[in-house]
Amino acid sequence: MSERRLCIRGGRVIDPDSGHDGVADLWIAEGRILALGPAPADFTPDRVIDARGRVVCPGLVDLCARLREPGAEHKATIASETRAAAHRGITTLCCPPDTDPVIDTPAVVELVHQRAEAAGFARVVTLGALTRGLDGEQLSEMAALRDAGCPAVGNARRPLASTLVLRRALEYAATFGLTVMLDPEDEALAAGGCAHAGLVATRLGLPSIPAAAETAAVARDLALVEETGVRAHFCHLTTARAVRMIARARYDGVPVTADVAAPYLFLTEMDLAGFDSNCHLRPPLRSQRDLDALRRGLAEGTLSVLCSDHQPHEADAKLAPFPATEPGMSGLDTLPSLALRLVEDGVIGLPDAIARLTLGPARVLGLDAEGIGTLRAGAPADVAIIDTGARWRVGADSIESKGQNTAFGGWELPGRVTHTLFRGRLVHEAGA
Amino acid sequence: MNEGVHQIDDQGRLRHFLTIEGLGRDWLIRILDTAESFSGVAEQSIKKVPLLRGRTIVNLFFEPSTRTRTTFELAAKRLSADVLNINVSTSATTKGETLLDTLRNIEAMHVDMFVVRHADSGAAHFIARHVAPGISVINAGDGRHAHPTQALLDLFTIRRAKGDDFGRLRVAIVGDIEHSRVARAQIHALNSLNTGEIRVVAPRTLLPAAADSLGVHLFHDLNEGIRDADVIIMLRLQRERMQGALLPSEHEYFRLYGLTEERLRLARPDVVVMHPGPINRGVEMDSRVADGAHSLILQQVSHGIAVRMAVMSLAMQVAAPEAPV
Repeated sequence: MSERRLCIRGGRVIDPDSGHDGVADLWIAEGRILALGPAPADFTPDRVIDARGRVVCPGLVDLCARLREPGAEHKATIASETRAAAHRGITTLCCPPDTDPVIDTPAVVELVHQRAEAAGFARVVTLGALTRGLDGEQLSEMAALRDAGCPAVGNARRPLASTLVLRRALEYAATFGLTVMLDPEDEALAAGGCAHAGLVATRLGLPSIPAAAETAAVARDLALVEETGVRAHFCHLTTARAVRMIARARYDGVPVTADVAAPYLFLTEMDLAGFDSNCHLRPPLRSQRDLDALRRGLAEGTLSVLCSDHQPHEADAKLAPFPATEPGMSGLDTLPSLALRLVEDGVIGLPDAIARLTLGPARVLGLDAEGIGTLRAGAPADVAIIDTGARWRVGADSIESKGQNTAFGGWELPGRVTHTLFRGRLVHEAGA
Repeated sequence: MNEGVHQIDDQGRLRHFLTIEGLGRDWLIRILDTAESFSGVAEQSIKKVPLLRGRTIVNLFFEPSTRTRTTFELAAKRLSADVLNINVSTSATTKGETLLDTLRNIEAMHVDMFVVRHADSGAAHFIARHVAPGISVINAGDGRHAHPTQALLDLFTIRRAKGDDFGRLRVAIVGDIEHSRVARAQIHALNSLNTGEIRVVAPRTLLPAAADSLGVHLFHDLNEGIRDADVIIMLRLQRERMQGALLPSEHEYFRLYGLTEERLRLARPDVVVMHPGPINRGVEMDSRVADGAHSLILQQVSHGIAVRMAVMSLAMQVAAPEAPV
C-alpha cells in the first residue's frame, strides 16, 4: 500500500489538462506526479503497475455526492462512501452542505475533513451553506467557510426566502471569490411534485413538476449572476431549454458552468411507468427530448461536468408508494461506467468523457490550481486505471456503496477500475 | 430494483385488480358480464350467495371514504365473505409504523384479500408488489392514479342504458381531470371499449400537462363539449381547488361548467348524466339535473355493488352463478 515510488507502465494516458492522449509511462514519487513519458533520471520504482491495454487518467472528481455523514449515518458514512468511490476511480468527492448539522461553520467542515482523512480513501471537498442552517434567510459566515476549506457555497436545493436574499448572497460570495452552486428550482412550481409534468405523470396521476420549475429559476438566477459577476455553477440541469439558456449565457460571456447527473442521460419519465421508486429523483427524470439535449450539451461542453448526484438511501426510504419515497439515487458505483457507455453509444469521445469527470469539475471549484483533476508534474498523484473493455452487471452484489438504491440494477455496463491511487497510495486494486 | 406487478397471473386469472390500463377489452367485458349475473342478488329476499364463505376480506382504507367502503363491504357480505374494516388514518403511520409494517401485521391474520384506498398514486401497485402470495389486492382508489371499480360501474351503467356498442357513443367527462383518479380510469375504460368519442371538458388549470396524450378530445367550453353527447359524466370538484389558485370561485365554476337543464338540451335527447358522488349541488350541477329524468346517479351506486362482487369473486377465482341463485 505504501510504495513511495511508482511507475504506471504502458497505459493509454489521457490527461485533459495537457491534452495528452497516448501510450506513455506515468512516474510517481512522494504522493505526487513526477513525470509523464520517459523515466526521470536515477528513478527506480518500488513498484511497477502494468497498465497495458488500459486507460490511465486523473482520479475522478465527483462534483456532487451526498455521503450522509454527519446526520444520516443509517444511510451511509464518509468511510463507506469514500471506499466505494475508490473502487470506481473517484478520488475527490464534493459534498453538499445539507448534512445535519448543516455545513455552515468551520467546525462541521473540519469534522468532515477529519472523517475523510481517517478513512483515507478519497478527498472530500466540503461545499458550504449559502445561508445559515440553509434557512434561506440569513447569510452564512462565508469567509470563515472559505478559510476552513470550502471552495464554494450553495443552498443545496433548499429555497431562499426571496430574490433579494439570493442577490445579496451572490454579492457577498463574490466578495470572497467563492463559487456559488445553484440548484435551479422554483419552489412553488415544484412543491408537492414527484414526476415530470409530461406523458407519464398525466397517465399515472403523479403530482408533477413542470420544466418551468427549472427554467424559471435558471432565468432568474442568470439575471442575478450577470449583474453581480459572481462565479456560478448550475447543478444537475434536466431540461433542454435550460441547456440552451446556459449555452447562450456562456456565449455572452457570463461566468457560468453547469453539470448533468448521469441518470438523466439514460433514464426518462418513461422509466416511472411501473412506479419504480428508484426512479424517484429530484429534479425529476424528464422527457426523451430533454435527455437528447442533455447528451448534446455534455458532448458540446455547455455541460462541462458529469457528476453522480450520489444519494444513498437505506432500503426503507424506497419502500413506500412512489410519491412517499425519498428522492435520489445511489450513483458512485455507476458513474465511470455510465460515462464509458456514452462513449460506446457514440455520444462523446473518450478524452472528452474523461474531461467531464476530472478537469471539468476541478475547474468549477478551482481545484485544478492545486493540480486536482490533472496529471501535471507536481499534482497530487490521484490516478485511475480503467479496463474499458471489461463488463459488469449492476446488482446488489456489485454495488459498493451502502446505498443499494439504483435504477440501473440488471444493466450490463462497460468499464472496470482496476487501480485507484489517491495521493500516490493504492487505495483500490481489483482482484485478478 | 423493483419488478413490475401483474394483474393477470400465469394461468390467465385475475390476481389483482389495480388499474384498467393494460387489462384489455375481454377482461372488462368478462367483469361486466359477471356483474350482470350478480345484479339479481340484491332483488332476492335473502341477498346473499355463498361464493366466498370462509374467506376474509380486509377493507384497508388509508383515506376516509363512506360510499366506496360501504359498497365494497356490502359486496363482500353478499358474497358471504368475512369483512374487516380497517381505517388507518394517519395515526398508525405517525407512530412510525410504515405501510409495510401495517400490511405485515394484517397479513399475519391470514386474510385473503385487501381492498385498498390510499392518498398516494401507485399505493395499490406498491401493496400488490409486497403482499404475501395468495392475497389479492383490489384498488379502491390510489391518489390521482386509478379507481378501476368506479370506472367499471360507470361502464356497467352506460351499457345498461345504451347497449353494448360503445362505438356509437359520444361521452363527455366534465371537471377536474388533473386531480381525478376517476377520470383517468374512465378514460382508459372507455378507450378499451372503443368508445366513439371521448371528450374532456375543463379549464386549463384542471387538465393534466399532457391531457392530449390520453386519447380524448379537449374542450374548454361546456356548451360545445356536451353538444350531441350521449353520456355526460360530471366529476366532483374539491373545495380546496379554490385555495390552490386553480379556480377563482365556485360561483364562476358553476357559471362556466355547471350542468343545468338548459344546457342539457344541447346534448342528445336521450342523454344520461352520471356523477361518481358525492355531488356538490349548485357547483357541478343543478339539483334539477341531479334529480332529473336523465340522471343515473343512484343507479351507479347500486351497480357499484354488483361490479365489486364481480371483481372480488373473479380475483378469488370462484365462478359466478349462471343465473341468480
